[in-house]
Formats: sequence, structure tokens, C-alpha cells
Amino acid sequence: MAGTVPAVQAKARQVSRNQALSESTWVKWTLITLAGLVMLWLVVLPLLVVIAEAFKKGWEVYAASITDPDALSALRLTLLVAFITVPLNTLFGIAAAWAITKFRFRGKQLLVTLIDLPFSVSPVIGGLMYVLVYGKRGWFGTWLDDHNIQIVFALPGIILATLFITFPFVARELIPLMEDQGQQEEEAAVTLGAKGWKVFWHITLPNIKWGLLYGIILCNARAMGEFGAVSVVSGHIRGETNTLPLHVEILYNEYQFSASFAVASLLLLLALVTLVLKAWFTRKHAH
Amino acid sequence: MKTATASNRGVLPGFGLTLGYTILYLSLVVLIPLSALLFNSTGLTWEKFWGVATDPRVIASYRVSFLTAAAAALVDTVLGLLLAWVLVRYTFPGKSIFDALVDLPFALPTAVAGVSLTAIYANNGWIGSLLEPLGIKVAFTPLGIIIALMFIGIPFVVRTVQPVLQELEADVEEAAATLGSSRLRTFGSVILPQLAPPLLTGFALAFARGIGEYGSVVFISGNMPMKTEIAPLLIMSKLERFDYAGATAVAIILLLISFLLLLATNLLQRWMRKSAR
Repeated sequence: MAGTVPAVQAKARQVSRNQALSESTWVKWTLITLAGLVMLWLVVLPLLVVIAEAFKKGWEVYAASITDPDALSALRLTLLVAFITVPLNTLFGIAAAWAITKFRFRGKQLLVTLIDLPFSVSPVIGGLMYVLVYGKRGWFGTWLDDHNIQIVFALPGIILATLFITFPFVARELIPLMEDQGQQEEEAAVTLGAKGWKVFWHITLPNIKWGLLYGIILCNARAMGEFGAVSVVSGHIRGETNTLPLHVEILYNEYQFSASFAVASLLLLLALVTLVLKAWFTRKHAH
Repeated sequence: MKTATASNRGVLPGFGLTLGYTILYLSLVVLIPLSALLFNSTGLTWEKFWGVATDPRVIASYRVSFLTAAAAALVDTVLGLLLAWVLVRYTFPGKSIFDALVDLPFALPTAVAGVSLTAIYANNGWIGSLLEPLGIKVAFTPLGIIIALMFIGIPFVVRTVQPVLQELEADVEEAAATLGSSRLRTFGSVILPQLAPPLLTGFALAFARGIGEYGSVVFISGNMPMKTEIAPLLIMSKLERFDYAGATAVAIILLLISFLLLLATNLLQRWMRKSAR
């Protein structure tokens, strides 16, 4: 009995506190409605239009558009580019995060800033600089030409440009995460005689697993969807150096709107899968 | 000596390997290619650089890029605050889907956003056909560029404000309420100042992204020189005409603008943090 009176008082305090610290119901629902309308207009509408336009001329046109040989070759190229760039940037992200969060050294802040650099460079400039290095009139242009190696307007150029654009994603996700977790667990394991790889595999990796997957999935979405940088270095050769986003552009410029949106719907699907996985990884990470 | 460095670095292995790899990879993918812009072999002389930089069409493209990106980032700051507020402070049905969809502009390829927004705002589009009788044109005008950049920039604001709003201590709000401050006044004089740094960061991120954005804009902008031609597109069209020196000149100035913007926001943030103390 003695305990219930303070409990009731506390409850009453809680109620009055909540009233003082929140808006009246109508303000709350007005704000929620406004936010909902903003989301519907700005984000959901573009999503719906892609689906509506893709199926405007029916299933047959849709199916024909996405099974067209040029579309399939673009899909293959996009998958191949992601298959090469995502592991490379993942490996880099892990190495960079390990060096930056487990050790103290001079110039660390500068290194972190440089890793973020590709985020503040226009994708078009990202593509341009590879043209200036590897293009016909670029730094290595003559040498590459003499040895019959083509980088720009071919697959290597697309891979390089994509590497640049997706460069920070994994590192950026891992650095704050590993900073928070400190290094005591790893140090304890090393003191007990564990080797470096074993420490990483059995201690670090399980701790950063969900954050790492989160970074990889964002990196992958950008790798498959990059447009500006890839557009500069691709050369737009149909069936050869055309990725899915570039194929959307080509079809659109040829006024084949249904086909363009059909291919775009594949990329929309990729985005939606990314969002679902991202939400899942975030929830897992929180637990 | 050896033990001294070891204790300095800690007991963990792999310092040399991971740092060496990081710097090598960073140089290969980012630093060396980026320096090609500055030490280029395209025959870009000072005269040529100055000629391109002061060309009216080039200046107009910077103005379009700068103004539309600023306008979009500004609107995004207001809308982003609203979305973040609703997501942090209230519960309502469908909230988790709402929250996940905020990231759609991050995950959706920009070309898809570009064609979709153009379809919406063209004369025969879902919204374009409603605005047409009112005499409002969105597609192929600066307004269209702003809407595309708003789409691209909105997650930056929401995702920087959201965590700060989540961590906000209730005690100051409580004190303000106890002292008889109205809810609106508490928001204006207690909550908003604490949200100023993340709002600024979100604005800067959206702004910086908007200045360099290409994919979502080229379709809806109409690309009319002097009117709706953005700077990244000008780089692209110079490249297509094999004017590498001209493209490089435009790129260097665009890069400078982005870096100055980054520097300015960093300084402003440091100053804000200092004055908050």
C-alpha cells in the first residue's frame, strides 16, 4: 500500500509533464498530415509514375522491353560492374576503418576528409578526370594506344568511374561504428595469443556485421545506379558499354517511353529491395 | 625502441598493412585522377582558362546550378525538419514505411528519378496537366530543376536532423514549460537553436549535392543555354565536342565552388559549436 501512493503521484506527474511537452492533438495530426502529403508528393509520386508508365501499354510491351537483347546486355554489364566494384570498395572500407579506428597516427583527420572527397565532387567531374588520365589525349593515352589497351569508352573506364563514385560508402559506415566499439576486445584476444586474422574474423567482424552489410548494400545501390560519371566514360555503345541507367536514357531520348520506364522499373525494384534490406540491417544492428 | 613504438601503436596488428593499402588505394582511385584536373595535358593555358571562365554561357550555367541548388536546399531544410520532427516525436500508423521511404532518393538511380519527374511535370503529366491551365510550367524551367534537386536532397536533411532530435534532452523543454512558455515559444527559443547545427549540415549536404547533380536534372531541365543549362551538363557537352580543355576549365571552377562551400560550412559549424558552449 505504501508504495502505491508515490506511484500514483509519479504517474500524475508523468501525465502533466507529457502535456507540457507535447503539442495538442490537432497540431500533432496537422503536422503528421502535412508530412504525409510532402512524402506522397515528393517521394511516393515519382515511384508510382515509374510503375504506371512502365505498364501503360500492357504486360506484353513491358515483358518485351525488359527481355530485349540490348536491355539484357545492359543488365549483365550493370551486374558485372557491381560485382567487381563492390568487393573492392568493401575491402578498402574495412582496411581504412581498421587503420583509422584501431591506431593513433598523425594526419588521421586529413585521411578521413580525403575518403569523403568523392561525395563532394560532381559525378560528371568524376568521369572527366578518368578521361584526362586514360583517354586518347590523356596522361597515358599514347602509351595505352600503342599497347592496344582501351580504358575509356570501355568496361575498365566504367569500373574506375564507379569505384570513384562508390568509394566512401563502406568506410564511412564502418569508421564511426568501430570508433564506438573501441578496441578492448581485440586487445584482449591478442594478449591471449590470437593472430591478427583470427581476431578480425572472430571478434571484429561479428561486432560490425550489420553495419558492414548496410554499407555494402548502399554501395551496391549506387554502383548499379550511377549515371553521370558512367555516362562520361561509357561511350554509349549499345549492347557493349551501356549500363541499365544509360539504357533508360537512350530509350527515353528515342521516345520509347514505355520501354524506358520498363527498364527504369528494374532499377526501382533494386532501390526498393535496398530499402527493405537497409531497414532490416538497421533493426538487426539495434538489437 | 621496438617496444616503445609497439606500445605507442597498441598491441593490435595490421597497422602498416591497412594504412598502406588505404593510402595506396586512395591515391589510385581518388587523388591521382583528381590531380589530372589540375596538372592536365589538354593544353589548358591561363588565357584559355580565363576565356572559358568568363564566357557568358559558362557564367549563366554556374548561376543556374548555384541558385537552383540553394533554393532546393532551403526548401528541403524546412520540409526535412517537418519530416524529422514527425518521425521522432509522434507515433502513427505506417510510420516505419514512411521512415524507410525517406531514403528512396538515396537508393533510386538518378536517371530513374529524372525520367519519372519529367513525366510527372510535362504538359501531359499527372501534375503538369493540372498546372498547365494555370499557366505554370515546371518541366523545362528552373522550377523543374529545383523540384528534381529537392527530391535528391531531402534525405540529407532528414537524416542529419533526426538523430540530434532523438538525443535532445527533455529537461530544458520542461524548464521552459514550467516557466510558462507556450509550446510554440519553447520550440522557437529552446528546440530550434539546438537543431540549428544539424539543419545547417543538412542544408550544406543537400546544397553541395545539388550543385554537382546531373542525372536527375538533365531530363527535366530542357538544357536551354543561358536559361536551364546546369554546369555539369556544360562539362558534358564540351566533352562531347572533344573540347577537353574547356571541360576541364569548367570543372575546376565547379570543384572550387564545392570545396569552398564545404570549407564554409565546416567553419560555420565549428563557430556554432563554440558559441553553444
